[in-house]
Amino acid sequence: MMPLIDLANPTRFLSLAARALPWLAVATLAAFVIGIAMAFNAPDDYQQGATVKIMFLHVPAAWLAMACWVMMSVAALGTLVWRHPLADVAAKAAAPIGAALTLLCLVTGSLWGRPMWGTYWVWDARLTSVLVLFLLYLGVIALYWTAEDPNRGARGAAILILVGAINLPIIKFSVDWWNTLHQPASVIRLGGTAIDPTLLYPLLVMALAFFLLFFTLHLAATRNEILRRRVRSMRIMQAQRA
Amino acid sequence: MSLGPHAAFIVAAYSAAIVILVTLIGWIALDYRAQYRILADLDKRGVKRRSRNK
Repeated sequence: MMPLIDLANPTRFLSLAARALPWLAVATLAAFVIGIAMAFNAPDDYQQGATVKIMFLHVPAAWLAMACWVMMSVAALGTLVWRHPLADVAAKAAAPIGAALTLLCLVTGSLWGRPMWGTYWVWDARLTSVLVLFLLYLGVIALYWTAEDPNRGARGAAILILVGAINLPIIKFSVDWWNTLHQPASVIRLGGTAIDPTLLYPLLVMALAFFLLFFTLHLAATRNEILRRRVRSMRIMQAQRA
Repeated sequence: MSLGPHAAFIVAAYSAAIVILVTLIGWIALDYRAQYRILADLDKRGVKRRSRNK
């Protein structure tokens, strides 16, 4: 069994990623096939009708959008406190995936809102705080990709990630703290879930599929970032020799 | 299976999910191929990483 600390070695990480990625891709695909089959066989909601099927995309995307920022916050601590190079790689690799999932959450939420609320968008606390999360993701991506000195870019991005983490409890509790059009929490809440099992189980399988997708894509994107850094260091060596 | 009077919104949401996720997966896959090709090219030209020069 490989000790966990070995994963911090980029060469060992690349070898592990090469072995794990095909299995993870198959598991992700299987989870999506089962999840979508369950979602489309689930009964309609008594109030929302068939539009409840949008929930099976919207809610897992929202959970992962926030979980990705939590993961990036831990990685940002790794960059600023322990100065671990793989922490920075992990955060940089996660940012575009988090941005895509936040965009998916916003788009599906908007398409769900139009038939249920009569509007695609309203500037209420939940929708606005998720839009702020999306803009924060874009800010982190911009910092990583535009910094001339990668180390300075990584530190700047890490600070922005930790400051942006303040937005996470605002997103979570916005529906309790303010009067919003968005409904309050119905799955993760004190007093247990308020969703019927016929809708809850497909939702949990889709959440598992999204989690596996995130894990697979993050592993692949981290591998890409390690390779990109190798390319950079080899080009610097080539330039020094010339 | 009927998707009811709001079928267009459900189809649009699932289509958007396919577009966003396929774009993300495609970008990561193409990025891997690009980095791998550049590394192979540098290797062919005799540029080695410091750790492999030892």
